[in-house]
Amino acid sequence: MSFLLKRFAFYLVTAWAAVTINFLVPRLIPGDPVQALITKQRGQMTTEAVRSLYVLFGLDKNESLAEQYVHYLGQLLRGDLGLSFTFFPSPVADVIGTGLPWTVGLVGITTVIGFAIGTAAGTVAGWRRGSWADALIPITTFLSSIPYFWLGLVAIALLTGPASFFPAGGAYETGLVPGWDWEFVGSVLRHSLLPAVTILISSVSGWILSMRNMMVTVSSEDYVTVAHAKGLSERRVMVAYAARNALLPNVSGFALALGFIVGGTLLVEIVFSYPGLGLQLFQAVGAKDYPLMQGIFLIITLSVLLANLLADVAYLALDPRTRREG
Amino acid sequence: MSDRVLEIRGLTVQYGLGADAVQAVRDVTLTLHRGEVLGLAGESGSGKSTLAYGMTRLLPPPGVVRGGEVLFHTDDGETVDVLRMRDAELRRFRWAEVALVFQGAMNSLNPVQRVSTQLMDVIKAHAPRSSAMSRKARARELLALVNISADRLDSYPHQLSGGMRQRVMIAMALALEPRVVIMDEPTTALDVVVQRQILSTLAELRERLGFSVVFITHDLSLLAEFADRIAIMYGGRVVEEAASADLYRTPLHPYSDGLLRSFPALKGPRRELSGIPGSPPDLRAMPAGCAFHPRCPRAMDRCGDHSPELGVPTGHAGDDRTVACWLHPVV
Repeated sequence: MSFLLKRFAFYLVTAWAAVTINFLVPRLIPGDPVQALITKQRGQMTTEAVRSLYVLFGLDKNESLAEQYVHYLGQLLRGDLGLSFTFFPSPVADVIGTGLPWTVGLVGITTVIGFAIGTAAGTVAGWRRGSWADALIPITTFLSSIPYFWLGLVAIALLTGPASFFPAGGAYETGLVPGWDWEFVGSVLRHSLLPAVTILISSVSGWILSMRNMMVTVSSEDYVTVAHAKGLSERRVMVAYAARNALLPNVSGFALALGFIVGGTLLVEIVFSYPGLGLQLFQAVGAKDYPLMQGIFLIITLSVLLANLLADVAYLALDPRTRREG
Repeated sequence: MSDRVLEIRGLTVQYGLGADAVQAVRDVTLTLHRGEVLGLAGESGSGKSTLAYGMTRLLPPPGVVRGGEVLFHTDDGETVDVLRMRDAELRRFRWAEVALVFQGAMNSLNPVQRVSTQLMDVIKAHAPRSSAMSRKARARELLALVNISADRLDSYPHQLSGGMRQRVMIAMALALEPRVVIMDEPTTALDVVVQRQILSTLAELRERLGFSVVFITHDLSLLAEFADRIAIMYGGRVVEEAASADLYRTPLHPYSDGLLRSFPALKGPRRELSGIPGSPPDLRAMPAGCAFHPRCPRAMDRCGDHSPELGVPTGHAGDDRTVACWLHPVV
């Protein structure tokens, strides 16, 4: 237990460091967002408006850096990430709130499915090494070397079109009202199919390869031979003895992948114009929308940390050797 | 003879197929009697472990059994050939009749499962209808057999010392009361004191439960004490087999003699340690004639081109002793 507490404290410190860097970096960049906004409005702004914008963004010159920092931390704790330029005058928290479910829904689910399929296939491929299953290796190596956004572009070029079942972009049919009815859910599923398959194809191969290699290593361990000698069923030896041990390194990889869900598949969202965080980040960069960028980076950082904490917990549950006495 | 449990006949094992195949075990014939401890000794690479894996069909690829029979005589007087069993049959046979204790005490237990799980899953696999309660009770009983307290049941392997792990492995081997236990260097990874303790536990259990043991080691002096009969292997062949006292006192094959001189005797008069010059033969390029002749202090001309046959040496009464050496013409 004390181990977990220590880890937790460590992650808190890391999170604080990330937040601080997040605060400092934009302030090191020359120019400021208000200038950018003035340019956007083509200078059609009164001095009053400019002043109030400075206050609004927390950039009024009367505050020292330390004061700004304290201010910023206080805002963060209240969940206030400032106002977005691109979606002005929506608060960044709201903007992220609309994008996050799409990203987590699409990438989160595909990551979990990809891990499950890849691990299962890798287990079998590693167990039956030297048989037909080895044919999987060159195929997966090839697939994992394809950039997923390129796969997405190819899919759009080949499979979408005016008469096609697959839509070329978006998350649901325009004109539909989001809600838990069949029409909407069906539309969401239809729109997510191509991006999901694109991500799956490129991510599943990695899991297959690493799981297969671990299986091959573990299969020559003495305890696997002992399990065979004990006359246990093939299935039990494969699952409880070989795969159970081979899984351990993959678990940390999986947790990391979970952490990158939020920011990791930016390009797929761009290619499919999927309204998730990745697309928002892309738009934010294009519009020099610092508050939104900052907010998204913060979310990405926090989710990576959370995933790491999850990995620690999972490891603790799966590998008794990491449990410390007392 | 009715008291035979396990007979290995002409067993040949090789690694790989075709022209590049390496013969690790060549035409080995051995007999294990009821309640007997048969010692199998030889240097590294002499084929003793390969023999153990080959006869239980546990050889990892690219190992293949190329020929021979492994006959097991059941209690009902039936004889089965282990090498020709179907998979399901083999699974039922394994551990129930022939159990193994491996060399790596450290790695023989699954690191992520509790000791109790690993003791009980083998019982469950062979007696699916047994209750969880009875399996637990049996696991407790088994640990008691090897002098480990029952509260260790919930331990994970990394929480046990090397000696304890090997004891758990021995307990596990006895779980189904097998007729034969094959031990592949069971004490090699342990220090001498623990080695002693484990051996005495083993000797006591064998006395009590009456199973037979095939004990594989390179430590001949240990065998002299523990084994009833000893077979010496060199280059994949058995070169001498005799009652352990006979072999210890009057080794006939120069290799056996060399092996005996490589270890300090635990009892009896001191003798000078000399070791064997040279190194074990390369299995890919075995010398012609007797495989040992390049290292043999007493090699003769004919050793270089004729391989000696294993047989009862002339002048020996009875047939309980065999040797393959030109120094000792066989009947």
